[in-house]
Amino acid sequence: MLDIVETRENNYISIIVTGDADASSSIKLDKAIRWAFDESLQKVIIDCTHLNYISSAGLGVFMSYIQEIEQTQTTFIIYGLSEKVLNVFNILGLDLLLTIERTTEEA
Amino acid sequence: MKGKLAPRFYKRLSFAIALLLWLALTLLDFLDVLASRSQVDLGLSPYLPLLLIDLFFIFVGLYFRFIIKQLESTSFIDFLWRVFATGLVATLISLALGLFNESIADSALGQNPFLEALVYNIRLGLISIFLISTFTVWKKLILYQKSKWLVIWWNIFEGSILLSILFNFTGNILQTSLLFKVLFAAITLMGLVLSANLQWVAYLNFKQKWKSILLILLVTIYLGYFFTSIYIPGEETSDLLNPIDNLYILVLFAFLLIYSIFSLLVIVFNLPTSSVFEKKMEEAINFQRLSQSIQQGENENQIFDILLTSSMSAVYADAGWLEVTKSDNDDPEIRRKNLSPTNCSEVLEQIGLSKQKTTLKNPLAKTTDHDQTLVVLKKSNFRSALIVPLFIQDKIVGKMYLVNELSDGFNKEMINIINTFASQASISIENFRLLGEALENERYKKELNIAKKVQRALLPEKLDHDETFEIHGFTQAADEVGGDYYDSFKLGNHKFALVIGDVSGKGTSAAFHMSQMKGIFQSLAQLDLPATDFLVKANKALSACLEKTSFITLTYFVIDTEKRSFQFSRAGHCPTLYFSSETGKARFLESKGLGLGILRNDSFKNFVYVNEMSFQKNDVLVLYTDGISEASNHAGEEFGYERMEQILNDNAHFDPVSIQKTLINKLFEFCQNKNLNDDYTIVVIKFK
Repeated sequence: MLDIVETRENNYISIIVTGDADASSSIKLDKAIRWAFDESLQKVIIDCTHLNYISSAGLGVFMSYIQEIEQTQTTFIIYGLSEKVLNVFNILGLDLLLTIERTTEEA
Repeated sequence: MKGKLAPRFYKRLSFAIALLLWLALTLLDFLDVLASRSQVDLGLSPYLPLLLIDLFFIFVGLYFRFIIKQLESTSFIDFLWRVFATGLVATLISLALGLFNESIADSALGQNPFLEALVYNIRLGLISIFLISTFTVWKKLILYQKSKWLVIWWNIFEGSILLSILFNFTGNILQTSLLFKVLFAAITLMGLVLSANLQWVAYLNFKQKWKSILLILLVTIYLGYFFTSIYIPGEETSDLLNPIDNLYILVLFAFLLIYSIFSLLVIVFNLPTSSVFEKKMEEAINFQRLSQSIQQGENENQIFDILLTSSMSAVYADAGWLEVTKSDNDDPEIRRKNLSPTNCSEVLEQIGLSKQKTTLKNPLAKTTDHDQTLVVLKKSNFRSALIVPLFIQDKIVGKMYLVNELSDGFNKEMINIINTFASQASISIENFRLLGEALENERYKKELNIAKKVQRALLPEKLDHDETFEIHGFTQAADEVGGDYYDSFKLGNHKFALVIGDVSGKGTSAAFHMSQMKGIFQSLAQLDLPATDFLVKANKALSACLEKTSFITLTYFVIDTEKRSFQFSRAGHCPTLYFSSETGKARFLESKGLGLGILRNDSFKNFVYVNEMSFQKNDVLVLYTDGISEASNHAGEEFGYERMEQILNDNAHFDPVSIQKTLINKLFEFCQNKNLNDDYTIVVIKFK
């Protein structure tokens, strides 16, 4: 199960992700990020404080936006990753390409 | 053959014996005439002719028993027809003899006692045959629907009748003997009671009933004719003709007549209701057709057609149509009967306009969706309509409309029948669809099994190595096919390329990407490229063919056994577990690196890192995929790096196969019976 709450603030879009991002639920995540980019607000932050687990399909969603982030020069920040999930990001090397922060303030 | 011949043989034997007995009887009568003429006492027992006639009855009875057993037809009309035909032949011969007798009455021949005896005996034989054959058929009819008590009663009755054959030995006659009268009354009463068993009449259709009436009426007339023509009251007979005042013959006459009259009356009174019974039978047959249609390889449309036709005939509808939605997007398909398309839309419009609609609860269903609607129509050829929803697997798939030219054309019984028809049809279609799905699934299963074999062949049976190291690989897919990959390539005499990879996701799509990876590895390895170039080229090749959200992680090794060192480059893959014999400890080889297909442009080369290490004797490398490290147990806890490290520490002194087996066993132990839902692969290398 994956719960997603999208909110549009003044100058950025916030997406709160809760639960497990596996092959089936990642479609929801993709929709939310797609929407965020379509709003073209230059800043998207993803709150993963309550993201328990992410599968390769979930990582694939983040990965598929890397080039778009570069092209549109959007500030795309993921924060609040648990140690386990962060490790998954790091192994794949996504930490080299995405901005990953620890806390809200940093984001 | 023998078993088949036996009854036929007995049948013929009993017929031959009966014939011989009859001839003997006739002969005896001739002798009697001769004797009385010449005043000679033959000295024969007076019981001999009685015995002969009794035996004659018994054997005729046996003969017809065998005949009726051999009859294959179970049609009542066939039985009645036989009785009628026997009776007809007997009557015609008897009438002819009567005429012949009359025509010669005045001549000398007419007074001839021999001829008189012959004619009498022929008539007696014919009547006995007719009576006994009719009796066997009546028995068949009475016992058509057997119950235990009926069979017992019948056996008592038949037994008494058989015993009554022997009654003539007593010499009693009806007029004088009270015993005769009592027995006659008792057996006839039993026959009367048994004659109430007329269940077979219910199974006749209207036409058959008329035929039966005709046939039984004729049989009754024969009976009457024979009785009047042959019955000679005891006191008036000459000595030699007395057997006709016989309890057996009289009882038979009485019983046969009673049953004939009962049958006639019952059939006549059943005539008006036979159409209802036929209707019920037809409904039962239609119901069966609906439930059987699948076995006959019919398709859904045929089932719908049967449903419409059966429903229309069950409720006497003048016209009707079905509206069936096959799939969600399609317009409903309409199957009409006795109605033109314009007529159909007219009626539909009228139904929409009508204000007199009654909703009828479907007793077989729980929800209100299943309710039927009765509509009263005004401005149409049709005065009433019944709308029945059709369901398959609790999903509404269409509606059946039945219309009638009469107002209030549908009664409660009809609606109930339609309910059962509709639900049976939906069961049939449901089964039909399930069967189709099952067949389809079976086909997919076979295809997947082929895919599994093909993929298995993509993984190397033996990995390249030399005497400097041992190597062993193991893989298992979560589904039939998976996305894990390992392979090796001999670059030179002392140089080996080795790869372990994991495609994101699992199942069929992962398996396709895995095979692409295999192609890329096998082509690039031949070029003996530096690790960096290998990964950059592999990334470029994969970027062109991977799906947008797919990527591949891998670790690429080049082992140089001459220099006793290896290079490795990690492209987003799980860190390799390394046991150093020098320190006696296992650790993970951490390094930076990005998965393939994540950055699909030239900047990828900035994220490739190559590491080089030398190895010692008894060092162990464990390459694996995340299906192992991320496998979780019921508590949601992951197998994790620490456990793997610990297991290698404890088992590094074993050979690669044992290390792999121990790791997998420990993994299963950890997960208990929880299914591993990812592909998992291990490659173990041990240096010598």
